[in-house]
Amino acid sequence: MSLFLIAALPFLGAIFPALLIRAGRNASASAAGLTSFLAFTGLMIHAPTILSGGVVTARFDWLPGLGLNANFMLDGLGFLFATLILGIGMLIILYARFYLSRHDPMGQFYTYLLLFQGAMVGVVLSDNILLLLVFWELTSLSSFLLIGYWKHLPAGRQGARMALAVTGSGGLAMIAGMLILGHIVGSYDLSVILQNKEAIQASPWYLPALLLILLGCFTKSAQFPFHFWLPHAMAAPTPVSAYLHSATMVKAGLFLMARMWPVLAGTPEWFYIVATTGLVTMVVGAVIALFKDDLKALLAFSTVSQLGLITMLLGFGTKIAAVAAVFHIVNHATFKAALFMSAGIVDHETGTRDIKLLGGLRRMMPITFGIALIAGLSMAGIPPLNGFISKEMMLEETIHTVWLDSQLVVPALAIIGALFSAAYSFRYIAHTFLGPERESYPHAPHDPGPGLWLSPAILVFLVVIIGLNSATVAGPIVKAAAGAVVGGELPEFKLKLWHGFTPALYMSIVAVLGGLLLLALHGHLERVWNNLPRPEAKAIFDAVIEALTRLSRTITDGLHNGVISRYAAIMVAFTVGIGYYAYATGTTGLPTRVPLEAPIIPIIGWICLVVATLAIMWFHRNRLLSLVLIGVVGLIVSMAFNYLSAPDLALTQISVEVVTMILLLLSLNFMPTETPVDSTKARKLRDAAISIVAGLGAGGLIYALMLRDFAFPTISGYHLANSYKGGGGTNVVNVILVDFRGFDTFGEIIVLGIAALVIFALAESVLSSNVRAYLLNRKPHWPQSGDAHPLMMVVVTRVMMPIALMVGAYIFFRGHNQPGGGFIAGLVVAIAFLMQYMASGYTWTIERQRFYYHATIGWGVLIAAATGLGAWFNDMPFLTSDFGYLHWPPLEEFEWATAMLFDTGVFLAVLGAVLLALDSLSRFAWQPGIQQEYPMDINPQRDAPPVPGPGPDTVIPVGKET
Amino acid sequence: MIIMDYAIYFTFACFGAAVMMCLWRIITADGVGTRVLALDTMVINTIALMVLYGLLLGTEIFFEAAMIIAMLGFVSTVAYARFMLRGNIIE
Repeated sequence: MSLFLIAALPFLGAIFPALLIRAGRNASASAAGLTSFLAFTGLMIHAPTILSGGVVTARFDWLPGLGLNANFMLDGLGFLFATLILGIGMLIILYARFYLSRHDPMGQFYTYLLLFQGAMVGVVLSDNILLLLVFWELTSLSSFLLIGYWKHLPAGRQGARMALAVTGSGGLAMIAGMLILGHIVGSYDLSVILQNKEAIQASPWYLPALLLILLGCFTKSAQFPFHFWLPHAMAAPTPVSAYLHSATMVKAGLFLMARMWPVLAGTPEWFYIVATTGLVTMVVGAVIALFKDDLKALLAFSTVSQLGLITMLLGFGTKIAAVAAVFHIVNHATFKAALFMSAGIVDHETGTRDIKLLGGLRRMMPITFGIALIAGLSMAGIPPLNGFISKEMMLEETIHTVWLDSQLVVPALAIIGALFSAAYSFRYIAHTFLGPERESYPHAPHDPGPGLWLSPAILVFLVVIIGLNSATVAGPIVKAAAGAVVGGELPEFKLKLWHGFTPALYMSIVAVLGGLLLLALHGHLERVWNNLPRPEAKAIFDAVIEALTRLSRTITDGLHNGVISRYAAIMVAFTVGIGYYAYATGTTGLPTRVPLEAPIIPIIGWICLVVATLAIMWFHRNRLLSLVLIGVVGLIVSMAFNYLSAPDLALTQISVEVVTMILLLLSLNFMPTETPVDSTKARKLRDAAISIVAGLGAGGLIYALMLRDFAFPTISGYHLANSYKGGGGTNVVNVILVDFRGFDTFGEIIVLGIAALVIFALAESVLSSNVRAYLLNRKPHWPQSGDAHPLMMVVVTRVMMPIALMVGAYIFFRGHNQPGGGFIAGLVVAIAFLMQYMASGYTWTIERQRFYYHATIGWGVLIAAATGLGAWFNDMPFLTSDFGYLHWPPLEEFEWATAMLFDTGVFLAVLGAVLLALDSLSRFAWQPGIQQEYPMDINPQRDAPPVPGPGPDTVIPVGKET
Repeated sequence: MIIMDYAIYFTFACFGAAVMMCLWRIITADGVGTRVLALDTMVINTIALMVLYGLLLGTEIFFEAAMIIAMLGFVSTVAYARFMLRGNIIE
């Protein structure tokens, strides 16, 4: 099966559990299980190639310009991890089916789980570091969803947030590190990077890259001092913990260290950073684990400790240590997943995970006891289980390790770590299952059905088998994976139980005996431990986050405090500063053009513009008056467009002006007539100074620009030359809109449509809330005239309607060759409709409205899209236009262009969007049933006093006219 | 056609002066009603200016703009009027 498919399967399959949950929980779980199984099978097809030392690749250039290629590579290391991820994933899916209660949304759970699985598989199969980073971030995000799965629990939400904050920020650091690495090598392909050890280690950027990448690995793998998120992530349901913290999420950091081992390892920096961190983590995690009472917290810290062990082995930088690391990854995944699942069973059946409330369960839960016993002993390093072999290898390696000229430091600390590991493993077994039986369990404990114990049973079976037959069972895969880690020849090694009477054996014995002793002394030690002052990680984390939040809030609120004058002041002052810097440091050429003479009429226009602008400043607190003055500005601007040979813009400006004005008047209805005074004198002065400087600067800049030729050739020449030839139109503006930049226009009409739909949705939600009652009972700001629908206006607008529509059609059809086009026509027609709204009222208009604005927008976008797609049938790129000429007698010869069809789409989208937006806004003030019923209010017939008594010549009042 | 040119320039002067007068009223008038009326008059005057400019250049290119402004300009005025009379322009 292609690597693409293996990586994509979990993502593709993620949708099914969520959909199939309606068919029951079994269907949902089966869909998830089947997806994993398919991917697993696909992976196993490659097993013979990988185990014989081969590498499978799949390449696809995704964004070659960025060096981001969707390249996948499957070698021994990736194979090992993918096997763990998919294999344990299947067991977890089975376990979770029976673990989750009826009230938990199971479809969601499996969807999250598969997303996470896909992200993990992607991480281990990526052959491109950028792709790897994408998947890496996906693991952070999807694990956030999984950890916070029980949304109702505050601990779950906080744990998820902490995990995301820590691993996410580590991921950011890693992005930087990876980019540096790619920059050193000149390629982002992992297989290329792995060939360039010398170049990387000789580079001055080696240390920064190393530190940043390790930061990502350490946070993900919960290494000291970033270990604190892992125990808090235990708020997740147990299947999640078992999956994330045995085989997948936390192993991602180890995976990456192993992956990068050939190029990053072997230097003193690597050794001292990685091995020391691992060693410290191992000891600290083990010590804390011994004193945890929550079963899952104990396992969480044991995981931290075991991860530290593996990190330390990778840090040693020797090939044989890498073998031990890989082997321990396998062993840890098997026994730790089994242990988590057994803890979950205990929690599920007894109702508590508090070790202080447990004990004596061995007779009531024999199967669970057996599972926990074997897995726990393996973790303690008891022969003949697999944990013993890898721990022995670890101890052996520590003996050969010199740390700062000291032969003793590493082995001594390793023994302490191993000793505490043995102690917490024994404690897990002894204090949960051994000892006297109690009366006070929250539920009556008993073994669960096979659904729950089958998965851990399979894992402990592996624990035993690997222990007894390590060379045959685990040998080939460890060899393949370790070969991929070291990227070369492996030294001779033998995975076996009995190595003879070696120092490592004595160390093991010391550790086990010491562990038993610690267990015996646990009560006393715990009292001492509880009296020791310890830093509380969560409190520190919360304080740091709090401080960071405050800092960012200070900066953010300082810059945007909700007062627009401040935003404007900051932005304008900054722009002026940059402009001044450019002016002071750059050079400007001499003017190359002569200014035109200004005739008197344009000067009058200019005066109007300036005076109106100044007047707006003067009257700005009076909202309505400001609007009138802005009308002057709009008028002059559109005149200027006309005068400066841009009739298209003038038409657009005028129609937009009208629509905007109606929109603003609709909203002014709900606002106070005057704006409050909110600037002090000093601030006004400051703002005035800034704006005068900026205005003079902008004016000067434009004046200077207009007197000079462009420094670079503009695109206008091309547009002018190709408008008719390529686009079939002589109106260049329109051809640019529908052809040259058709794709932009296409995007814009979609945005316009979305904006209108959002306005509709907002109006809908406001109007269905309590606000509706308030709006209906609003008192107007000033006395109202009685005539809601004056006769004159009604008649004039109705007569205007067909004329306006005709003008719209005319503007539309001539658009391709002369000023006009779909956009302007859409606005003109929209205004024609709006006139009816204003004159005859909302009720009257919607009663006669035969089309839905939503559909109009939709059709517009669809027609434009279909036009664009049409090009594909002629083997042309999207939105390539075509045109030609037709001659239908009696008509004169006329031109057709596909751009016209596209323009129809634009027309419909604009029409629908404008009407939907204004229709939605006008509903705020609409008072159905309260206002007068009659569009033409003055009806002498109706208002005539009824003649008393029926008679032959009585005029019967005409009822409602509809 | 020298007479025609003089006529056009004379008319330019008249309408230019009219625009300035409208501006004067927009700035100084009491209340919004007069100002809206002045703005509407200003719109009409600028339509005239535009048509005149077209006459001067002998082009029809300004015709549509003049038509659209003539057709739509009154919509704004009506909307202002409705706003002042009823507060709500679409009811």
